Amino acid sequence: MTEHRPDIYGVMGEFLTPEEILHAATQARQAGFKYVSAYTPFPVEGLAHAIGFPRTGVPLLTLTGGLLGCLGGFGMQYWCSAIAYPLNIGGRPLNSWPAFIPVTFELTILGAATFAVIGMLALNLLPQPYHPVFNVEGFTRATTDRFFLCIESRDPKFHLAETARFLQGVHAHHVHEVSNAE
Amino acid sequence: MSDIEPLENQPELRRLDPVLGPGHTYASVTDKIAAVVLTRRPSKGWILGFSVSFCLVMALFVSLAWLITKGVGIWGINIPIGWGFAIVNFVWWIGIGHAGTLISAILFLLNQKWRTSINRFAEAMTLFAVACAGIFPLIHTGRPWMAYYMMPYPSTMGIWPQFRSPLIWDVFAVSTYGTVSLMFWFVGLLPDLATLRDRAKKRTQQVIYGILSMGWRGSAHHWYRYQSAYLLLAGLATPLVLSVHTVVSFDFAVAIVPGWHTTIFPPYFVAGAIYSGFAMVLTLAIPLRKAYGLEEFITMRHLDNMAKVMLATGLIVAYGYAIEFFMAYYSGNKFDVFLAEQRLHGPYSHFYFALILCNILTPQVLWFEKVRRNVVALFVMSLVVNTGMWLERFVIVVISLTRDFMPSAWGRYSATFWDYGTFVGTIGLFVMLIFLFVRALPAIAIAEMRELVAEQAESREEKS
Repeated sequence: MTEHRPDIYGVMGEFLTPEEILHAATQARQAGFKYVSAYTPFPVEGLAHAIGFPRTGVPLLTLTGGLLGCLGGFGMQYWCSAIAYPLNIGGRPLNSWPAFIPVTFELTILGAATFAVIGMLALNLLPQPYHPVFNVEGFTRATTDRFFLCIESRDPKFHLAETARFLQGVHAHHVHEVSNAE
Repeated sequence: MSDIEPLENQPELRRLDPVLGPGHTYASVTDKIAAVVLTRRPSKGWILGFSVSFCLVMALFVSLAWLITKGVGIWGINIPIGWGFAIVNFVWWIGIGHAGTLISAILFLLNQKWRTSINRFAEAMTLFAVACAGIFPLIHTGRPWMAYYMMPYPSTMGIWPQFRSPLIWDVFAVSTYGTVSLMFWFVGLLPDLATLRDRAKKRTQQVIYGILSMGWRGSAHHWYRYQSAYLLLAGLATPLVLSVHTVVSFDFAVAIVPGWHTTIFPPYFVAGAIYSGFAMVLTLAIPLRKAYGLEEFITMRHLDNMAKVMLATGLIVAYGYAIEFFMAYYSGNKFDVFLAEQRLHGPYSHFYFALILCNILTPQVLWFEKVRRNVVALFVMSLVVNTGMWLERFVIVVISLTRDFMPSAWGRYSATFWDYGTFVGTIGLFVMLIFLFVRALPAIAIAEMRELVAEQAESREEKS
């Protein structure tokens, strides 16, 4: 029942409430669809899990950025103050670590926050000015008050007519074909 | 789910005003907020306000140009008062910024729903206040074109910054604060920029918002990572905001000058920052909701809560003032005792009494619900607190420096025309940026308002 259609990105169902799309997404997963994506005007709790998305990767990146900022920040101060430009002031220790804490702390936060933001954008493959879903008429309402569920044509179970019928079966108010052509 | 009923469903709290007016849908909140940016023509009030603030920005440029031509001698600073208006204004502005981060990060972590409609412009306020704050230490260096000396970079001179100095800590704290606030703000804006892109009718608007929104399409996968990043940013911004004003207070507390060398400074500076910041949010929110008819989004509940936060932080600040006196006498240190008495009887005592009046006595009217629900009274109160917090920084900077350890090192300080020109100029810059912001970007987080609508619909269903 599969069908290969390079000109079609997928089939998209339009829903009116978060409950409707959550129900439809759960049904799609149960029906065996693997390449399902959803587009909503605000985050719908549980939707990412319903279409199969176990991890974000952002927390790990943030931790990495924080550690880099922390070690890099302290290392920089140590190197500057104890190795590159040591100032002997009354025999006080060169590695005066308590005085290095504020800058280390700030650079930890800076590293973590930068990694969190850039990591989030990079994992989301943004910026991405063009995407086939933008071809759908009325998709602009995905940023206002409509919820869209898209079953992609690369899914092994994809069949244009069958999949469209499936979406109607889970109470989509409209079903759109998503064309790949610009 | 916990078995504790959500606060808004508990009967004794139901008389609270809602955080969102009744009868709103996803489309209606989106329309109302986006229309301010996309379709409404600038009103006469906007044009007038923008023009006035633009003139003040020109005054700022003139003041800065004259400063760079002549040097810091055009200011009222001297020896021993090397820190005049520049540092007073720096601390005042950076403190104002803190409420924005508090609202967007700390109240987010505490799951306070009422933050939603005020967080966006509070964050914008933070950014603009940090921009105004950043000008002062820079121009105060005397040769601002050499300011990059403060950054660690491999120079041919082979020297490096002194990392044991609070002034270098300040460079890192303020620049990190500015950067993280900008990123936090941009991440929050991303879905709303996409909304504006999709609703824009004019080609230029579509292109500009299209570029800024980076192709955001509200994918569930994207939202999932987005929420994760937003939560982490809130968690990172919370200790950051506390650290920034702590580091600013170190500029004073690490010195040995009487009146500065106290351990109460970090917490009392942070409380003061939040106090003045909430006052500034009220100063901005009250005209904004009136001008654009946003009373259903920024409700009396918001104003009431902000007034309560002001009252609470104001009491912490009052405690700080009391402890300063207590510690001066308890320590028995004659310089500290003398300084405390100088505050009450010295040449600047009128500043100190004005400060007590603005920051401690007048705000006590906020105990009364009648005052907290009177928009005009709140607006006046917010201006009084802003003034009071400026006076506080003046008292801290100037009185201590004019009354050092030795009478031979005592001095007097009075600001010159150019001091006032620069200060008023930064107020103009701040106001002008706010005016541009409300016209160019959504002043209320639209995506979060839609979430609020969804939650309201859900709780209505549960009740019925």
